[in-house]
Amino acid sequence: MTEWGLAALVVWPLLWGALTLVMPVRWAALPGVLGGVFFGTWVLTWAPQSVALGGWLPPLGLSWRLDGVSQFMIALVAWVGGLSSLYAWWDRSLPSAFWGLWLGVWAAMNALLLTADVFHFYVTLELLSVAAVALVALTPGPAATRAAFRYLLVSLTGSMLFLLGVALLYGRYGVLDMLLLRDAMQGDGITALALAVMTLGLMAKAAVFPLHGWLPQAHAKAQTVVSAVLSALVIKAGLYGLLRLWLDLFAPLTSQPDSQAGWVLALLGTVAIFWGGYQAFRTPALKPLVAWSTVAQVGVLVLALALMVEATTRDSDGLTETLWRGWVWLVAAHALAKAGWFLAAGTVQKRAGETRLAGLGVALQRSPLSVFAMALAVVSLAGLPLSMGFLGKWWLLSLAWELQAWLWLAVSLLGSLLTLAYGWRVLNLGLSTGHGAEPLTPQAPLQTVPTRLDAVALILSALSVLGALGGYWYWEAGA
Amino acid sequence: MSQSIWPWLVLMTSALPGLVIFFIPETRRTLRSLLNVGAALVKLQLVGLLLLGLYAGESYHWQLPLLPGLTLSLKVDALAGLFLILSAVLWLLTTLYAIGYLEHSPHRSRFFGFFSLCVSATAGVAMSANLFTFVVFYELLTLATWPLVVHRGTPQALAAGRVYLRYTLVSGSVLLLGAVTLHALVGTPEFVPGGYVSDADVAQVWLWAVFVLLLIGLGVKAALVPLHGWLPRAMVAPAPVSALLHAVAVVKAGAFGIVRVMFEVFGIEFAADLGMADLLLGLAALTIVYGSWRALFESDLKKRLAFSTVSQVSYVALGVALAGPLGAIGGLIHIVHQGVMKITLFLAAGNYAETLGVHKVSELSGVGRRMPWTTAAFTLGALGMIGFPPLAGFVSKWYLGLGAWEAEANWVLAVLLVSGLLNAAYFLPLLYRAWFESPPAQWPQAQRLSRVFETHALLLFPPLVTASLVVLLGVLAGLNVTSLGWVQWLVKREFAL
Repeated sequence: MTEWGLAALVVWPLLWGALTLVMPVRWAALPGVLGGVFFGTWVLTWAPQSVALGGWLPPLGLSWRLDGVSQFMIALVAWVGGLSSLYAWWDRSLPSAFWGLWLGVWAAMNALLLTADVFHFYVTLELLSVAAVALVALTPGPAATRAAFRYLLVSLTGSMLFLLGVALLYGRYGVLDMLLLRDAMQGDGITALALAVMTLGLMAKAAVFPLHGWLPQAHAKAQTVVSAVLSALVIKAGLYGLLRLWLDLFAPLTSQPDSQAGWVLALLGTVAIFWGGYQAFRTPALKPLVAWSTVAQVGVLVLALALMVEATTRDSDGLTETLWRGWVWLVAAHALAKAGWFLAAGTVQKRAGETRLAGLGVALQRSPLSVFAMALAVVSLAGLPLSMGFLGKWWLLSLAWELQAWLWLAVSLLGSLLTLAYGWRVLNLGLSTGHGAEPLTPQAPLQTVPTRLDAVALILSALSVLGALGGYWYWEAGA
Repeated sequence: MSQSIWPWLVLMTSALPGLVIFFIPETRRTLRSLLNVGAALVKLQLVGLLLLGLYAGESYHWQLPLLPGLTLSLKVDALAGLFLILSAVLWLLTTLYAIGYLEHSPHRSRFFGFFSLCVSATAGVAMSANLFTFVVFYELLTLATWPLVVHRGTPQALAAGRVYLRYTLVSGSVLLLGAVTLHALVGTPEFVPGGYVSDADVAQVWLWAVFVLLLIGLGVKAALVPLHGWLPRAMVAPAPVSALLHAVAVVKAGAFGIVRVMFEVFGIEFAADLGMADLLLGLAALTIVYGSWRALFESDLKKRLAFSTVSQVSYVALGVALAGPLGAIGGLIHIVHQGVMKITLFLAAGNYAETLGVHKVSELSGVGRRMPWTTAAFTLGALGMIGFPPLAGFVSKWYLGLGAWEAEANWVLAVLLVSGLLNAAYFLPLLYRAWFESPPAQWPQAQRLSRVFETHALLLFPPLVTASLVVLLGVLAGLNVTSLGWVQWLVKREFAL
């Protein structure tokens, strides 16, 4: 039965997405979204399993694998995606093509999270990227087109690199199934080269420093809900790939006690944290600020990956339960908070008819729900208590402590403070009354934007805070 | 361990109304005030009942596991009760005061919402039963107070808020680092009298590192020199906020944290053996003298009071650091006494500012004739701070002195003496000016706020109540039911006497 459920995770959104492209009414997308949330939630109750599609076993056939990581990631996509869909439903300014593309992204995400075959992984990654680029290009105007085009170029290059790695692996080992590959894995030059090019490809997709250049433009110029799902979910596909490569597929290579490669990742993560944070602190407009914050937060997740890799070099347990659960928890905290922040930011910008932060004062004060949503998002991203981000940070700090990685521990704390610094820029404006005691006067009359849009953003951010209460359940569920 | 929902209820009696108040329209003043005062009364009643229960030997414990090995744990014990009752009483009074104070200003729902959340966070700090929970509520307190500090939204207020956040968030990170380090070394068990690190097999240098991290984290809120810089600047906040910040919430959270860490994490004897208590003693003494010294030169009334707070809060740390039962009594009791005295002073200062537009010390001439009741309250608060018998402040200083004597730390006696003289030097001229100099022909910005009283009734009564508490806590110190009796009972348990 669950085999059909697994298939539905991919086929169902894809089918309805295709239908909306043929029949451009948004009602056609509704079953796709509802089904996506339904299956994506149900997946949590299924037992971890491997499924050979069509009954063909690897190495001939293609197999899917459902494990703890993919279960929780699929559920995350379902929930963040579902709430973002609600926002999109109420946001009447979206073209109908959005729904088809968005459901395509959803289906590709699910397929990518399920697949246990490196070539199939490449295919889903490519589908995901194409649909995501098209989503960015939905925004009219040359600036968005340029941003989308740049995203496309980087993304294609990334895919090519990944494909090159797949080809190298196939040439060397003659199989594509991840489990078979891992068992056959040798520590030779070709394998290391494959790891390097595949990592580079995924880094481009995930906007890991220094391959992040496309992200701020693409995420800032996209429609609000598109920014939210790109930053919250699509980026995570690349990071999930890095997790699979470094801690699973290439584990025999990366967990060598003398392997120093993890520290390169840690270094890149660190630079991303500071560079992204610094840019977020000085960029003049709101959505770019949130987008730069994504660059910094990706740095945190990469730093966490690096520490996990380092942990596997110290003991031979490989990717332990605590390791992956902690990392997925951090991913979830970021996804919920970032989706909430982007949606709130977009709502405020729409209300003001303005993107510059300096011109948003009045709109911020008239959008208490959105300001609240942004505040909660900042709290969770910065890891202040009591939020999912806080528990995630506690886990990360504890991990760094165990590894005696004092430098990375300091980096992680400083990164939180930097997050607070750029978050403060926005919130401070929300509390300002301008110069003197008189209230600010708007440059232009505010647009009417329904409050329910603010409410959706608030729900997402609130989840990234309140989710902390489920921490024990999450950590103990599989243990 | 059985779950008791009482600690949770104590949190919710202020958190829930706070969240509801955010959504009450600005114009529904009566509804908001009723909800607010009602919640404060319920909370007071609840805390009162819990104290009775505690005295009868009940225990109240509520836990929620968050991560394996990490639990959000709330407990009402004697120490928590001391802080809880202080915050419950003063929340009620400052709420009444704030209703009068903010009568016509904008964003009142936001203000009272955060005000209530701030009190919840304080209650959480009081009831935290382990270091992790303490860190959680300590940080929440920062978040809940920032919107109050910048409430007016003026450039000065925002600038002060920025300084406030810089200090508190950085120190919050340091505190977190300390807590994580200690967690990695010995785990995070419950606070327990006598501490839990002394029998762990951990190198001293690590314990020292943890201690310094925790001390920096807590010292910022407790305004230990040189970490006190935010406090005088936060004076731009509205008067009820300053009152709450200085008497109950923020500075007390820091001081209370120091008490918990010294007594129930490290254990005071162990901390004294390692020399940690000496470090704290030195810092506290320095802060006491420095704060008083700076207060002497402040011409702005609220700023003078702020430096007075810097000085007075460190009496708590001083008492703890003396590492003996008598000093501990003096320090712990000062948590309550300083709160009551300082809130009186701040509320009175707020009355001067609201009614007459008086902000400077030099403008106080003759204010006693125009506002005798307020000035009487102010006088009691100030005399209490100086330590005149039989006011509340005298009781604190008496026990601190005994504690210093007991610990054979004669230089601490000298510090107490110097600080007392400095207190007198910055308060007495002010009282003289208020009562005996002739009032000016015109006050800076006089308003008639009441036809019967010298100022708005809601502004007048809270400081009068707290001023009478200053007297009662001193005069009735011999009775078991006052703060002294409670603290003696509590210290016996901490020292296992």
